[in-house]
Amino acid sequence: MKTKASETERVSRKPEEETSIIRHKADGVKRRLFRRKFTDTLNALSSKKTVKYATYLAAVIVFFALILLPPIIGIVIKWSTTQQVLEQPALMGRALNAVANSFVVALLVSALDVLAGIPMAWLITRGKSKWLSVLDTLADLPFVVPTAALGYSLLLFWNGPQGISGLFGGSLISTGWLLVMLLHFTFSYPVVVRVLVGALLDYKMEYEQASRTLGAAPFIAFRTVTSPILKPSLIAAFILSFARSLSETGATFIVAGAFENGPVFIQNMKNEFSGSAPATYEGATVFASVILIIISCTIFALIRILGPRLKLPFKGIWPVAERKLSYSKAAFSRNSVTLIVFVAIVLIPALFVALPAFQAVFTGTLSAAFSGSGVWSDYWQSLLLSYGLGAIVTLLGFIIGLPMAILIARKKLGKSLSALLDILVNIPLIVPSIALGVSLKFFWKESFPFMPELLLLIFAHLAITYPYIVKSMSAAFERISIDMEEAARTLGAKPFSVFRTIIFPLSKYSILSGAIMVFTRSVSETGATVAVATSLRTAPVVIVDWVKGTVPATSLEIGLGCGLLVLLSFLILFLLRLVTRGKGKY
Amino acid sequence: MPDVRVVNLTKKFGEITALENVNLHIRDKEYFALLGPSGCGKTTLLRLIAGLIEPDSGEIYIGDKRVDDVPPEDRDIGFVFQTFALFPHMTVWENVLYGPKVKNFDLKEAETIGNEVLELVKLHERLDAFPNELSGGMMQRIAVARALAAGAKILLLDEPLGQLDAKVRNEIRYEMRKMAKDLNLTAIHVTHDQSEAMSISDRIAVMKKGKIVQVGTPQELYMHPGSLFVAHFIGESNFLEGSVADRSDEDLEIELRGGIKVHAIGEGVGKGERAVLAIRPEIFTVERGVHKSENALIGKIEKITFEGTLVRYVIRLESQDSVVVVKPSLAETWIAVGTKVTLSFASEKAHVFAYPEAGLMAETSV
Repeated sequence: MKTKASETERVSRKPEEETSIIRHKADGVKRRLFRRKFTDTLNALSSKKTVKYATYLAAVIVFFALILLPPIIGIVIKWSTTQQVLEQPALMGRALNAVANSFVVALLVSALDVLAGIPMAWLITRGKSKWLSVLDTLADLPFVVPTAALGYSLLLFWNGPQGISGLFGGSLISTGWLLVMLLHFTFSYPVVVRVLVGALLDYKMEYEQASRTLGAAPFIAFRTVTSPILKPSLIAAFILSFARSLSETGATFIVAGAFENGPVFIQNMKNEFSGSAPATYEGATVFASVILIIISCTIFALIRILGPRLKLPFKGIWPVAERKLSYSKAAFSRNSVTLIVFVAIVLIPALFVALPAFQAVFTGTLSAAFSGSGVWSDYWQSLLLSYGLGAIVTLLGFIIGLPMAILIARKKLGKSLSALLDILVNIPLIVPSIALGVSLKFFWKESFPFMPELLLLIFAHLAITYPYIVKSMSAAFERISIDMEEAARTLGAKPFSVFRTIIFPLSKYSILSGAIMVFTRSVSETGATVAVATSLRTAPVVIVDWVKGTVPATSLEIGLGCGLLVLLSFLILFLLRLVTRGKGKY
Repeated sequence: MPDVRVVNLTKKFGEITALENVNLHIRDKEYFALLGPSGCGKTTLLRLIAGLIEPDSGEIYIGDKRVDDVPPEDRDIGFVFQTFALFPHMTVWENVLYGPKVKNFDLKEAETIGNEVLELVKLHERLDAFPNELSGGMMQRIAVARALAAGAKILLLDEPLGQLDAKVRNEIRYEMRKMAKDLNLTAIHVTHDQSEAMSISDRIAVMKKGKIVQVGTPQELYMHPGSLFVAHFIGESNFLEGSVADRSDEDLEIELRGGIKVHAIGEGVGKGERAVLAIRPEIFTVERGVHKSENALIGKIEKITFEGTLVRYVIRLESQDSVVVVKPSLAETWIAVGTKVTLSFASEKAHVFAYPEAGLMAETSV
């Protein structure tokens, strides 16, 4: 039937149509020919050693010139300003105290996150319920909520009268260290769970099964076999959580109250002194940044060196007691506690901002928002800036990060140099972003005083997100066996062809997920943004200003502002998930 | 006493039925092989017995105890994985002591057991080595030692020799049998290698597509295959198509292509039905020239392959069927290509099967 219909269609086609179709086809052929020529040129170029090495060299130079060296030089040239702090013992004490708080919070929160994340990841990967895929998605949700919105959401839930505090008449948890801890726990939780789920999925189940057949109850099997084998992933999860906690600025500033950690201190210095006593501001900032950077690099170095040697705390085995922890009752209560922690401490507080956002929708705040009046014109501009910036940074990061990722993944520079490069690339990840932003600004403002602020913003975000994109790409490339590449080469493919037809198709979904991470990170970032920009304000910065009352806004307006930001982020993530769903597994 | 019984066992993975209504009894102290092509369900059956996966329906008994609901750690089995699954973060000694420790044995006792089993596998001097420092053969023996140290009375071996080099494999397989016999263990050995199964097992269950097609001693399976599949999968067989011309009891007269009539034994195929005659390549007598005799097939040598111990002839019959014959390579003079020969065979050594509905190729494909 169908073929007949199409035949009659073909017969009834008018001659003009036919010519247009032919023209179309000719266009297509031309385009294809052009593309062919283009790839041929690239292929030819790619097999030239000089071109290949020039590309790699350019990637390394860009990394050093744009990402690694500017913040270091920036700090060095402003080093003398720290004299200001040394002369003011009170200020110095405050700075040291703040930095110490940063590390205490980060260490505690990361340890708690890993502890809470293990049973959750276990439940997601080993549970038998069909609802687990829903749980899996829910566990990802807080990751997409930009931290500034998350901070406000937690403030409402734990502290505001509409939240859980309402039940207790007054605020349950006042702003300060406890709320900061809760906040950091919440935003690191999805990252930790994601890493651990990935590790458990990759893990060879046979080890655990072997342990079971030898007589170990499930809990013993997990503790004595699975967790030591997964130790690198546990450490990786800890490090990610630790780094996030050290860097977070905007949301922490919202919930900190009088509590100060490193980033909040720097932010406060800016608010207190940047106008009245710029020298004090610079000195305090440089001082805090340097200490933050040094301690954080030391801690990461220590983890890297000691991590592999770290034996898990208990080597002994207590068969009788541990058996009791293994079976139905214990497993049930363990799962319940895990779920309660997730729902009550992570999920509901993170999404609580939906409540005022809904109220706003029904009270006319929404129409005010769409009319762009009052505070809203700033808001829309900032949204545009945030997403535009995110897109530019993701694209740029991909371009400059790609050759670097190949260099690292394929160890093109030899083993030790490639390993060194790998460590260097990771440095921006472990440096608190506000410190990174501050030092970047010093460098660029000193060397190019008339540099546009937008460019500075792009550089700052690029520096922060660079490790994420390079890491995700190099990890994806490493997973592709070099045999594939060699097979393609022996079949006659030029290097560029190999990349285009083998490497890229096999890794594009991992690259895409890396890009999503970069994008969300950039949209979320407040620390580096406030550090480098004074006139340009991204969406999270606007929200921080609203919440802190720098710009007067009603709670409904803040709620709606956060809600829209979250909604847009969800939409983007959802679209990307649609595109990538069920793919990328070979 | 640890015999193993499975009753009406069924296991599905989504849409795929991995095991369908399997019944099997493995006797105490028996060395038993589960043999079949990959995907036949043999590993699934082994994992069900171990408790690593749960059946959809059916019952599993170890000794007199029904164990369907017993977790693997309480079944008192030892499982040797194809990849060995030695814990990479523990030394040989820690690996071996793992079972006794988690089973809450007295530490002294555990160490005695550990020493004994390491003695048994002759790896006493590598106590402090980590698994990645050992050769495949050593890892295999440690994996067995580890299972034994945990006090297993039943050894479940999932392709335990699959990761080893051919030479090592042939040595170790006899060691495995000897060890199981010396220690009075019941062993269930999964393999797809029929020569491995034949050479070490007391009995073998041949599996195909989630079902057990025949259980028997190696000799029974080889000499009295119950189906075309077994005749094909165990050892080697020539298949000649024909139809049953006459039958009296087990003795059948088969008319092959080209009108040749021969005698063979078979069950379940009636007069006038299509049939397949299966003949092992080593049971033919080969004579130069054309001779008239019982069960004679006439053809021409088409190809000779020297295989070391054996020499293999491919003979094209007058009916255009081709037949493979093997002869000891040094005991007789070879017959040159192109020579006309007469093949004959004893009728009680050739088997007749009903022509399979799905066709000969489909039935014997693995």
